[in-house]
Amino acid sequence: MYNFAYHKAKSVAEAAAQAGKGDEAKLLAGGMTLLPTLKQRLAKPSDLIDLGGIAELKGIRRDGNALTIGAMTRHIEVAESAEVRKAIPALALLAGMIGDPAVRNRGTIGGSVANNDPAADYPAALVALGATVTTNQRKLAAEQFFTGMFETALAAGEIVTSVSFPIPEKANYQKFRNPASRYAIVGVFVARTKDGVRVAVTGAGPAVFRQKEMEAALAKNFAADAIKDVKQNATGLNADIHASAEYRAHLVGVMARRAVAAAG
Amino acid sequence: MPSVTMTVNGKKATGNVEPRTLLVQFLRENLALTGTHVGCDTSQCGCCVVAVNGDGIKSCTILAVQCDGADIVTIEGVAKGDELHPMQAAFREHHGLQCGFCTPGMVMSALDLVKHNKKPSETEIREWLEGNLCRCTGYHNIVKAIKAGAETMAKG
Repeated sequence: MYNFAYHKAKSVAEAAAQAGKGDEAKLLAGGMTLLPTLKQRLAKPSDLIDLGGIAELKGIRRDGNALTIGAMTRHIEVAESAEVRKAIPALALLAGMIGDPAVRNRGTIGGSVANNDPAADYPAALVALGATVTTNQRKLAAEQFFTGMFETALAAGEIVTSVSFPIPEKANYQKFRNPASRYAIVGVFVARTKDGVRVAVTGAGPAVFRQKEMEAALAKNFAADAIKDVKQNATGLNADIHASAEYRAHLVGVMARRAVAAAG
Repeated sequence: MPSVTMTVNGKKATGNVEPRTLLVQFLRENLALTGTHVGCDTSQCGCCVVAVNGDGIKSCTILAVQCDGADIVTIEGVAKGDELHPMQAAFREHHGLQCGFCTPGMVMSALDLVKHNKKPSETEIREWLEGNLCRCTGYHNIVKAIKAGAETMAKG
């Protein structure tokens, strides 16, 4: 690992000020992606600004018909939260499927969404549930927040502070895991809300996307059978040694049907 | 270099470290606590799991400076003097190791599991070990050991 200067921020304002100073400053949340990246010398930040000591970024609360999760809330806390299990059990299920227990003990929702790994789990939940990402500067709808592979709408010095999830009528998440890394080869989050049905797919493409043909079919009839004839186009999907684009396209259908069936 | 102070196995430990120093390096190189192993250095194998403020964490994927003020328990802090912890005793009893390299991480992950789930089933144990690799045993005896260790711990 290349060396860097380390700062432990006491508040979001302090972290934002420090992030704005160094050209190559990076924010450190749980570090479950950033630290392995640094160890491989794939990045060389001048400064690391640790968000781990900022109490205002932690916690889960119910605000009326939404669940708000602080950016530094760890996956294990979301997975085990009675509040999350009651309001959006699918979100607790998803958080419990991320990585392995040691990763869930460190990794955070804010870090996961800001990194926007194409195979990360949380982006699918945010897009399917129509979540809002709050930063120290503004509020963004999930679909505007995730802009491409490892890319988000975040500006330099902008820090995710929380994510708010409207509580759905029904939801579920199913993923086909890479057996070694546990990342999603394909993950599908299905949610039915008063505004309609959303189907968000992670792992299959360069970034999370909505499967609108399935959404339309499920809006008419929320049943696994309703989407059995919807074919996901393989063009532009990811292909690697684990799965071809065609196989991923096939898995989108399989995971979506499983998620609808499990959502009940 | 920044100075860090943490409690390790109940004792205060202080040192000056470069910011890039990993917790596992601090434990092994500064404190000579070499029971915590580095198997892969890529956050996959789980040989380096220690408890940081009670949570099982891969000590190769956290900086020593992030642990300033933290309470750390390593494999060396688990037994009571010469008396093995029930989880360690269960690994011995059930032949839960061959070469033993992964064992410190397995025991620390097992203790983290018991913190979350006092009576884990075989399936739950296998799922919890997703982040701990063993290249010798095929896991069967590790799973048996953890089940037995958890049962002994539940009896108090």
